[in-house]
Amino acid sequence: MGVIGEAWTWLTTGANWSGDGGAAHRLAEHLYVSGIALAVACAVALPVALYLGHVGKGGALAVNLSNVGRAVPVFAVLALFMMTPLRNSGYLPTVIALVLFAVPPLLTNAYVGMTGVDRSVLEAARGMGMSGRQLFVRVELPLAYPMIMTGLRSAAVQVIATASIAAMVGLGGLGRIITAGFNTYDTAQVFAGAVLVALLALVVEGVLVALDRLLSPLRRRRTA
Amino acid sequence: MAEQNCLVENDWICGEYLRSRGHELAEATVQHIWITAASVLIGLAVAFPLALLARRGRHFAGPVLGLTTVLYTVPSLAMFSLLLPLFGLSAALVVTGLVLYSLTILVRNILAGLEAVPQEAREAAKGMGYGPVRLLWEVELPLALPALMAGLRIATVSTVALTTVGSLVGKGGLGNLIEDALPSFFKAQVLTASVLCVLLAVAADLLLLGVQRLLTPWTRIRTPARASAGAGIAKTEAV
Repeated sequence: MGVIGEAWTWLTTGANWSGDGGAAHRLAEHLYVSGIALAVACAVALPVALYLGHVGKGGALAVNLSNVGRAVPVFAVLALFMMTPLRNSGYLPTVIALVLFAVPPLLTNAYVGMTGVDRSVLEAARGMGMSGRQLFVRVELPLAYPMIMTGLRSAAVQVIATASIAAMVGLGGLGRIITAGFNTYDTAQVFAGAVLVALLALVVEGVLVALDRLLSPLRRRRTA
Repeated sequence: MAEQNCLVENDWICGEYLRSRGHELAEATVQHIWITAASVLIGLAVAFPLALLARRGRHFAGPVLGLTTVLYTVPSLAMFSLLLPLFGLSAALVVTGLVLYSLTILVRNILAGLEAVPQEAREAAKGMGYGPVRLLWEVELPLALPALMAGLRIATVSTVALTTVGSLVGKGGLGNLIEDALPSFFKAQVLTASVLCVLLAVAADLLLLGVQRLLTPWTRIRTPARASAGAGIAKTEAV
């Protein structure tokens, strides 16, 4: 119990939050790299997945990509980046690593969502005279929406987790509080940092679940 | 000469490194394998009763699935650090963290497998006088095996990758070598350990695929209906 009390003291001490290595700055770094990486990953993965799903090709790519994403250790990729000149380019190595690990869940889920649309629904829409474009916007996209959001949520969780591991190779982010605690044998600080990282991940997940419910196209249809 | 110099030149690929540090690599690989194996086996032993509990109704399913999902959301670095006051710098800490991660995938897949058992199969077994335990072991479990094995493969592959983060407390198998090589920018060591780690994941996946084929010979009889059912499983696996 002692550690939890000490961690609470650490968290409520203002000095630990201010300054360059303070928790506030680390949190801002974490959110900054995670936000950029998630946006880039969406911009890359979603158009590709939606197009492939629409034309019904590239299933093997979508499935294999997520298997590869699982097998490659985040820590190893970050460490490999640190062996290249990339290490001198600020947040770039972290962002690249985050994008690499966010693309597979986004791509696979969006693709599975698109190809999972009931064939008879597609036939009916075509029978009503919808063009390929109308079919995509008004039938496939709304029906694939839940899976796309599932992909976005797992990508976001993955990004937050990866950004914390960046601290293990000396890059910025909330994880630095944990690694700094390990270096000074300060268990209270390690625990406090871990609570912050875990809370951030849970809050992001919670916000995305709420957004998902608010924005769902099927929900709007029902209330209208 | 060129081969001896590659350590001095800090090349990415270095035969001399493999020769001179072979025992170090082997030691790290062995640690990596036993941490992964222990985590997945304990995970399976915990996940199975949890899945059986979750199957007993919504009262149990909600909390069990909710809790394992929350655990999965916690980043690995935080998970290992949160366990630090309980376990100290030990392999038990890493194994416990990895077990908690594997639960999400294992419980979900075992539950999905058990729920996909056709009602007729259950009825027929009951009609033949099977009790609940025999029904589970001789009818439901074999039919749920493909889904269980799919979950086991996913859990094992992610566990192999996650074990590297255990280097935080000095028990990360090949991750330890990566961590040690960081301060001196020792390229050959980082690349070799990373490649070994991926190879380990692929080997574990293929091994489990082989085990699955041995355990479920009936799934290899290809009829058109079965082939489409197989495609359905592949799809859920991807999620």
